[in-house]
Amino acid sequence: MPSQLVAQVTRRLARRARWRPLEYVFWLAALASIFLFPGRHLILTEIAWLGLFALSLDLILGYAGIISLGHAAFFGLGSYAAALLAKHAIITEPVLALLASGACAAVLGFATSFLVLRGSDLTRLMVTLGVALIMREIANQIPEITGGADGLQGVIVAPILGMFDFDIFGHVNYAYCLSVLFVLFLLARRIVYSPFGLSLRAVKGNPLRAASIGISVNARLVAVYTLAAFYAGVAGALLAQTTAFASLDVFSLERSADLLLVLIIGGTGYLYGGLIGAVIFKLMQDWIANLTPQYWQFWIGLVLVLIVLIGRDRIGQWSGGLRALAEQVVRRIAPGAMSPLAGGSGKEVAGEGH
Amino acid sequence: MLTILFDGIAYGMLLFVLACGLSVTLGLMNFVNLAHGSFAMAGGYITLVLVNRLGVPFFPGLAIAFVATALIGALFERTLYVHVYNRSHLDQVLFTIGLVFMSVAAVDYVLGSQQVFIQIPNALQGRFELFGVGIGRYRLLIIVICGLLTVGLQLILAGTRFGSRLRASVDDARVARGLGINVNGVFALTFAFGSGLAGLGGALGAEILGLDPTFPLKHLVYFLIVVTVGGTSSITGPFLASLLIGIGDVAGKYYVPKFGAFVIYTIMIVMLILRPQGLFARAAGR
Amino acid sequence: MPIVLETKDLEKHFGGIAAVNRVSLQVEKGARHALIGPNGAGKTTVINLLTGVLRPSAGRILLEGEDITALEAYRRVRRGLARTFQINQLFLDLTPLEAVGLAISERMGTGGQWWRLVGTNPAVVEEIVEILERFHLTDAMHERTGNLPYGKQRLLEIALAIACRPRVLLLDEPAAGVPEDERHEILATVAALPADVTVLLIEHDMDSVFSFAGRISVLVNGTLFLDGPPEEVARDPRVKAVYLGESLDA
Repeated sequence: MPSQLVAQVTRRLARRARWRPLEYVFWLAALASIFLFPGRHLILTEIAWLGLFALSLDLILGYAGIISLGHAAFFGLGSYAAALLAKHAIITEPVLALLASGACAAVLGFATSFLVLRGSDLTRLMVTLGVALIMREIANQIPEITGGADGLQGVIVAPILGMFDFDIFGHVNYAYCLSVLFVLFLLARRIVYSPFGLSLRAVKGNPLRAASIGISVNARLVAVYTLAAFYAGVAGALLAQTTAFASLDVFSLERSADLLLVLIIGGTGYLYGGLIGAVIFKLMQDWIANLTPQYWQFWIGLVLVLIVLIGRDRIGQWSGGLRALAEQVVRRIAPGAMSPLAGGSGKEVAGEGH
Repeated sequence: MLTILFDGIAYGMLLFVLACGLSVTLGLMNFVNLAHGSFAMAGGYITLVLVNRLGVPFFPGLAIAFVATALIGALFERTLYVHVYNRSHLDQVLFTIGLVFMSVAAVDYVLGSQQVFIQIPNALQGRFELFGVGIGRYRLLIIVICGLLTVGLQLILAGTRFGSRLRASVDDARVARGLGINVNGVFALTFAFGSGLAGLGGALGAEILGLDPTFPLKHLVYFLIVVTVGGTSSITGPFLASLLIGIGDVAGKYYVPKFGAFVIYTIMIVMLILRPQGLFARAAGR
Repeated sequence: MPIVLETKDLEKHFGGIAAVNRVSLQVEKGARHALIGPNGAGKTTVINLLTGVLRPSAGRILLEGEDITALEAYRRVRRGLARTFQINQLFLDLTPLEAVGLAISERMGTGGQWWRLVGTNPAVVEEIVEILERFHLTDAMHERTGNLPYGKQRLLEIALAIACRPRVLLLDEPAAGVPEDERHEILATVAALPADVTVLLIEHDMDSVFSFAGRISVLVNGTLFLDGPPEEVARDPRVKAVYLGESLDA
């Protein structure tokens, strides 16, 4: 009966957006890490803002299909904005400064979004890279404001919400970054499961057909590009606030390239890729840097080459398999948890996984 | 002012020699090779070792650098690049960036991170006056060599069978294969040659552009700009684009030093907005 | 019957070649209008011009009296003009359910909503199911589109256009590439379209054309060569000549 089918479909769609058991595990583990690894909070803080940065790239790359070699432009702008806001006591409360810095980055994102609407992948690479380099050059050319090549020092960050002071051990830092990451993640998750998010996937998959069913492709791309710029700006602001420093390398090609690697390691199109990639990347970087402090870039490059040679699809399959395995384990431990979708598009959280 | 023009032309022609390999690679195989600068760097460092450490004279050193880099290019092409031809542009970007990182770190490890200078013969140092224009001897050499190379390239393209095969393959690879042209072979040869040219450019340019392990990344943007603005379906496109950029960059940095670098980036972005396929590109058959 | 879709001296040049040359076409409301012609005649180019995928070099396009020549493609869909593609243009990673749902949401104006979850609009879900049932796609509705057999993909291609509730529907060879035994389903679906929907159809199968169409336009080398009821077109000896490649005397 038709109404039965309608009810069934509604239930299924609703189930799609529900939290998977593995997601609970992830965030519980993140929360637990505050207490379980008090000595590692510095690197965990880096993982947190790097994860947010990668999440922002996933929004445009994994969901909208825009290849960017210059996402660092927004990250850097957010970073300098937050540092300047604090240094000149324009906005002293960190959370407000965070939002303001994100807003600055969003404005830049909006202004440059029309550049990535047209053209091939190569054009987008060029344009995004160009924007990041221009930003770097601007920062370089106004050392009286940005500190130039030496970086911006003397940034003093006031207590969060007037209550929590940043401490030298980085405990507050980490809790702060993790909270910001979580809140923004929730927002992003809501968005990707919405009709808007679905339309992004359609635009990525077939922009011609998307326009042919009435989707305003450009408007959607501008919107998600601006949102991603906001997220990247917030990530940059977190960096500035937790290190009390801002320097030109926030705009560098290396940073944008590293970011691509982070996201690719974790996988695009399912939101957790950036977070997982950030964990793996930072741990890997830490481990390699201990072995060969000066030449770790070589091994990062090697990882990139190997990932491409092996094939991101195959890696996506392996990670999908790993995730399915992990789901099974969790279900055995907590038998009351919901079961994932059977069949469907193969990846349980919206989107493909490469 | 004419000196500026002269210097700009020298820089532009150098850029052309460096970037034309990248342009052909992109036009021919639709392959984004961001590691192109690494071959240039390789040529520069090979010449450095030959000339500074082994006492090989300058010009033979250049020639050896060209051949050696071409061979390295051929080797990499056959062993590594073949695996990523059919991948998405994102994969190609990731792959070649990985290669860049590896090459930068490797050179840093083997030869150190400081900027190096190749010993150029005394005859090429300094400048002389010609009709009131200051002419740098080394830059004059660059213009001469690059000019000869450009003419040679144009002759090869227009006058030889290989040239017509190459042009056919760039125009439409599928049809070219259908005609019996060994497109992969053409590409391998072209890739090697383009890498060799890059190596030669890197060696020649060490004096002007500076040679250190970060070379591939520092100048990547300029190569990409040349390719984007000049298009990928001819030699003249990148040539004119290189001149435009060379003169624009030198003039910009001289007349408006604070904004010199912006001039180039802005030109690029404006170009991309107005003509995404480049200034001189014809509609390709892809 | 009033004219719902009209072109006036429509032209499209690629380099020196006129792919579409002063085509003045008129489609009546509720018509079953076929556009035929040999390969390379420019039929798909006309569709691309009508839908806004290509900009015309000259001429005008009117939809229900309104000049849409400069209107962007997605806006034309919202004005009631939808099309299918000769080669499937689908969202391979989405399921038929998601794709049809998208088309419906866009039509209803809720497609850009970012705060509510997909599937929480009962009106949309009901309509998705209704359309998928009509096209016999309910058993495949949760499958990834890329994994579907070609015949089902072709049905989805049409379903997507129908989900836009167009007043004018442009079908570009709807049965193209479909195996013989499945063509019937496609053609039956086309024939079952509501009477108030105007259909302009490109088709090569002459049996389908003559059984389906109330009016036929013949396009040759970008020029509208003949335009009239099926009997008139069938009688004209030049049409056969054109298809057999013989040259025409003007």
